[in-house]
Amino acid sequence: MLYRENGQFKTTYRADQQIFPILQDRLFIGLLLVVAFVVVPGLASDYMFRAILIPFLIMALAALGVNILVGYCGQISLGSGAFMAVGAYGAYNFFVRIPEMPLVPAILLGGLCATAFGILFGLPSLRVRGLYLAVATLAAQFFADWMFLRIKWLLNDSPSGQVSVGSLQVFGFPIDSAVSRYWFCLAILAVMALLAKNLVRSAIGREWMAIRDMDVAAAVIGIRPMYAKLSAFAVSSFIIGVAGALWAFVYLGAWESAAFSVDLSFRLLFMVIIGGLGSIMGAFFGAGFIVVLPIFLNQLLPPLFAAFGMEISTAGLSHAELMIFGALIVWFLVVEPHGLARLWSTGKQKLRLWPFPH
Amino acid sequence: MKARRILLASLLAGAALATAAPAAFAQAKEQFFPLLSYRTGPYAPNGTPWANGKQDYLKMINARDGGINGVKLTWEECETGYATDRGVECYERLKSRPGMTLFDPQATGITFALTEKVANDKIPLITLGYGLSVAQDGMAFPWNFPLMGSYWTGADVLIQHIAKKENGNLKGKKIALVYHDSAFGKEPIPLLQERARMQGFDLSLIPVTAPGVEQKAAWLQVRQQRPDYVLLWGWGVMNSTALKEAQATGYPRDKMYGVWWAGAEPDVKDVGEGAKGYNALNLNSSGTQPKVIQDILKYVHDKGQGTGPKDEVGQVLYTRGVIIQALGVEAVRRAQERYGKGKVMTPTQIRWGLENLNLDDKKLAQLGLTGVIRPLSTSCSDHMGSTWVRVQTWDGKKWNVGNDWYQADESIIKPMVRSGAEKYLADKKLQRRAVGDCQS
Repeated sequence: MLYRENGQFKTTYRADQQIFPILQDRLFIGLLLVVAFVVVPGLASDYMFRAILIPFLIMALAALGVNILVGYCGQISLGSGAFMAVGAYGAYNFFVRIPEMPLVPAILLGGLCATAFGILFGLPSLRVRGLYLAVATLAAQFFADWMFLRIKWLLNDSPSGQVSVGSLQVFGFPIDSAVSRYWFCLAILAVMALLAKNLVRSAIGREWMAIRDMDVAAAVIGIRPMYAKLSAFAVSSFIIGVAGALWAFVYLGAWESAAFSVDLSFRLLFMVIIGGLGSIMGAFFGAGFIVVLPIFLNQLLPPLFAAFGMEISTAGLSHAELMIFGALIVWFLVVEPHGLARLWSTGKQKLRLWPFPH
Repeated sequence: MKARRILLASLLAGAALATAAPAAFAQAKEQFFPLLSYRTGPYAPNGTPWANGKQDYLKMINARDGGINGVKLTWEECETGYATDRGVECYERLKSRPGMTLFDPQATGITFALTEKVANDKIPLITLGYGLSVAQDGMAFPWNFPLMGSYWTGADVLIQHIAKKENGNLKGKKIALVYHDSAFGKEPIPLLQERARMQGFDLSLIPVTAPGVEQKAAWLQVRQQRPDYVLLWGWGVMNSTALKEAQATGYPRDKMYGVWWAGAEPDVKDVGEGAKGYNALNLNSSGTQPKVIQDILKYVHDKGQGTGPKDEVGQVLYTRGVIIQALGVEAVRRAQERYGKGKVMTPTQIRWGLENLNLDDKKLAQLGLTGVIRPLSTSCSDHMGSTWVRVQTWDGKKWNVGNDWYQADESIIKPMVRSGAEKYLADKKLQRRAVGDCQS
């Protein structure tokens, strides 16, 4: 009953094509935005912002990008960490080399660098697919690892290979407090998510999905595989690149190429698989699961053990965290292979019939 | 259904506990030491004894002295796994605890990421023998304390030692640096290049990809180039792998010189006889003879409260952990002398303590550190204190420490620190600290 659509008639094509055709969804999203923009900054502590919310927002953005490529277009990629790295170092170079370079254009230019890099390393997707493509995109990862360790120029000739940025500001407002950083990331994420949501509903998004479902059939009905695949690589790596720039600039502040290792690529892939392939919502769920859960377990286990009169060592804690995490991933994939986003839509479906399920 | 409900209930209860837990720390008269450590991951063999030493020293001070002038010491470990983002998370989690003292991040990468954050939060960051070399300049880096030495001083001493063996003439010699390809391994390069320019030796740089288990290509290069000396700049599993590769390549181990992070028991133990003749810097002595180690055994381990295995107490890295913590505790004690004994010190007051450490022979004897380190005194502009170091050699069973003490050559280090710090300040658009700031 809570989620009844009865009486919501659509009388124009415009109304039928809204992003959220159901009133309750619109209300929910509006409320969510209000909570995220207004309520959370009033409640959360400095630690919550800096250690949980900001990484969550940035990883959600990256997962969004990965989801466009992997979830919507079906091109499995293990090079996401590399795209993030290119975005981060690209933005860094624009930021430090051009005097008075503002932050937002620098980040967007970093995203464009990642786009170019993504298209370049997306070329193999025209010939190989599935697991083979995943292995081919690993090349991007190793190439980026090599590039950001060896090419001194890209690191602004930093002797240690470690680069850093400081005194960030947007339109004259300094971005140094936790709340301003949070707002900055949230605003970028909200805009990008909206654009991505619209993109996947448009003609190009349908082309991606057609390619994902059966590329030969898609080609037969007149979709150009080259255009569809490369545009998916371009859009996805742009978003991932922006996320990489944010990760470096806003979250870490100082970084070396190890911050964007192959490990990160795997984590991003897990995020979209657990969150739900081919769903914008899934990116948020996945990022929440992968970013927040280990930290949550890390803080939860010691008091939990203490409550039973036991003590857990730091190493034991770390191992327990990995084991629980692994077990939960397996459990989720067995119980709900379509990810957390599917659970969400199942829940919505149930609410539609509630309280009279059949 | 039932199982699911129990799971949900326990999660909720856990969440409540997790949020309630910090309140329990809000007690007065406690100096809180955050202990960032890594007991898992590829660097765990070296990270663990270090972390054990740090924790045992705090336990010992509480058990023997009842804290610092009556102020109890508390601590919490946070596992970083040597990863920068986890380290940042740990820092953010622990930094606002009441009685906050200082951070020792135990990793060069994390040090870089925290350098700017500690300046904003005004918390001292001590990096004993690692971290940012330019941070020696306390006027440019008010919150960083690379105590007792940096990678530049270490590299400088290695070259001095090699030059001594070659009767002062390194012209035309070939020296290769086999380094961990990260900020940690790259830090010494500028200094070595400077020395190569001055003394006319040929420096070749051979990177090893982190974590350092795959070194075949690097040692192929060593075999091709046949350098007269190899400097080993490794950490964790990389060191023992390098020694095994050197053995396989046939490169003489007595021509290999490691930094102090490549000269502990876990690095050579597995290689045993194969590492015979290998040299490394010795920042601190090891063994169970020093009084401080005896005290730890007596007050902590004999009561069954030791952090790690008892037979590892007194090893090189364990002792280094003890020293790090001892210097931190001394900084608090020094700050109390000025700001009031028996009070909990704030991070800013502890910075004053760190800038006014004066550990002479008498003080070291009191601390039970006689023979473990040389006297050390810091100031507002010099955040390092001392650069004394010896060279040790592995005889197949144990480390034998040489008698010669070396100090880094100030005439080379000073200008480099100065220009590096100026560049940092210019890049960040920061100002040098005013001299008046030193008194607060």
